[in-house]
Amino acid sequence: MLETAIILAKIWGVLLTLVTLAAIMTWVERKQSAVMQDRLGANRADVFGLRIIGLFQPMADGIKMFFKEDFVPPKGDKFLHTLAPIVAFFPAVVIFAVVPFGDVLRIGTLEIPLQVARLNIGYLFILAFGGLTIYGTVLAGWSSNNKYSLLGGLRAAAQMISYEVCVGLSLVGLIMVFGTLQLDLMVKQQGELIFGFLPAWGIFYQPLGFLLFFPAVIAETKRVPFDLPEGESEIIGYYTEYSGLRFGLFYFAEFIEIIVMSALFSTLFFGGYQVPYLYADGFVFPWGGSWNLPHLVVVLLQLGSFFIKIAFFCWLQVLIRWTLPRFRYDQLMRLCWTGILPLAVLNILITGGILLLIKG
Amino acid sequence: MAKIDYHNLPVSYKTSVQKVDMGLWEKIYYPEVIRGLLLTTGHFVRNMIVHTAHVFGMMKDKRGAVTYQYPEERRPIHRRYRGRHRLMKKDDGTERCTACMLCETVCPTNCIYIVPEEHPDPTVEKHPASYEIDILRCCFCGYCVEVCPCDAIRMDTQDVEIAGWDRTKMVYNKEMLMANITGPGAPPEDDPAQWWLK
Repeated sequence: MLETAIILAKIWGVLLTLVTLAAIMTWVERKQSAVMQDRLGANRADVFGLRIIGLFQPMADGIKMFFKEDFVPPKGDKFLHTLAPIVAFFPAVVIFAVVPFGDVLRIGTLEIPLQVARLNIGYLFILAFGGLTIYGTVLAGWSSNNKYSLLGGLRAAAQMISYEVCVGLSLVGLIMVFGTLQLDLMVKQQGELIFGFLPAWGIFYQPLGFLLFFPAVIAETKRVPFDLPEGESEIIGYYTEYSGLRFGLFYFAEFIEIIVMSALFSTLFFGGYQVPYLYADGFVFPWGGSWNLPHLVVVLLQLGSFFIKIAFFCWLQVLIRWTLPRFRYDQLMRLCWTGILPLAVLNILITGGILLLIKG
Repeated sequence: MAKIDYHNLPVSYKTSVQKVDMGLWEKIYYPEVIRGLLLTTGHFVRNMIVHTAHVFGMMKDKRGAVTYQYPEERRPIHRRYRGRHRLMKKDDGTERCTACMLCETVCPTNCIYIVPEEHPDPTVEKHPASYEIDILRCCFCGYCVEVCPCDAIRMDTQDVEIAGWDRTKMVYNKEMLMANITGPGAPPEDDPAQWWLK
């Protein structure tokens, strides 16, 4: 009974945090792009004259989405047209279930792992549900009964399937190093030190792996510079026939994906919730000296570190989105199949060779 | 005739898309991408510092954004800008217009409607009983101002916010055109016709 309650509490906590963060991300995206471009950005939405630097804008956007006309093309498939945004939204949220956002929280004798689902297939689960988002795009394109939307959906599917291969292969090296697919075990191993001073983060084991994984994931989530499926006004995208809250769901799923992918980057390559030199009972510095901390402070530090890493990667993704121009479709495919993929295979070979040398 | 070497024009002359040969440095994308990101990060950091300093009342001489916050902050409009019309007044407050119909005649869009009438003062010949401008038809060419022999119509109001909910309200009558203009679009005091001579 207590266990079920704890799991439900974790699910709701993670879900609410994700949705709130995604709403804030829409504001961050607007404001950050504005500041980068020497503008001010959305600052007009107010409640009784109170503006607080445009923080009401997500609310105004939500209300607008609710009251817009929700149009289904007359000859489109109404059921699938409704299903598609849900199919696009669901995997983005579910992926976060296997991401550990903290170590074990101990209250008395109770041990609560700060992770919604401790799956031993962790990374495969992410790949599987990442693959499901393709259904969302294809269904959206097809059920709209619009040939351009259909083409857009197929284009999106081709891009995502191609980059899924890259996402999978570029991480094989990391999995070989850690010897596990389970994300919380990966993070635990990243709490150790290399050469006695360097945190054993994935980026130090697999720098090439990260350089390949990062663009592949951005392409998988259809962000600039690989946002051809969503180039609404330039190339017709798959959700052209969507309006109102259905479009809002697609839009929202994208922002949740940004956060989830940021969480993935930090979990896989930047030590997840680990703070350098912080262990279960406080800091132990490699240059000698230690600082004991109570358990609750350690857990809060871990949560804070995870949050800061997520925030940094969200910032970085928005920065990239507002800096780079879009790839052409052939360039996109060439980058995937002749750029990232061979290098990922090479990375696997090198990693295997080095592991063979070290561990025999 | 001078021969133009089309292959070696300076960059500014080339209008079509140029094919840039990328070396290995550009082809691995990351160095150039990072260079681009550093540029935008520079803007971001600089503007964030300025915005944060503004909150604490510092660095007021620097602007964090180059944009105008429109309804509160207006871009200065040049004094020769052709905005909404106004009818000039004589010293006694009546209109200068003598209803000579030149502006109505010259108007390329036929948006001026004048009904002339005998002036109550026997020493003055005519004056307009009504003077209407259909502002929706007006193309703001300024011919009416040029042609007017007694400088009775000007377009120096600097009023650019010409909008309304109803087409019928967009026909400006004599009283509206002669109304005193206040607010941000008020015309300069001195004679703009003489301004360029200074």
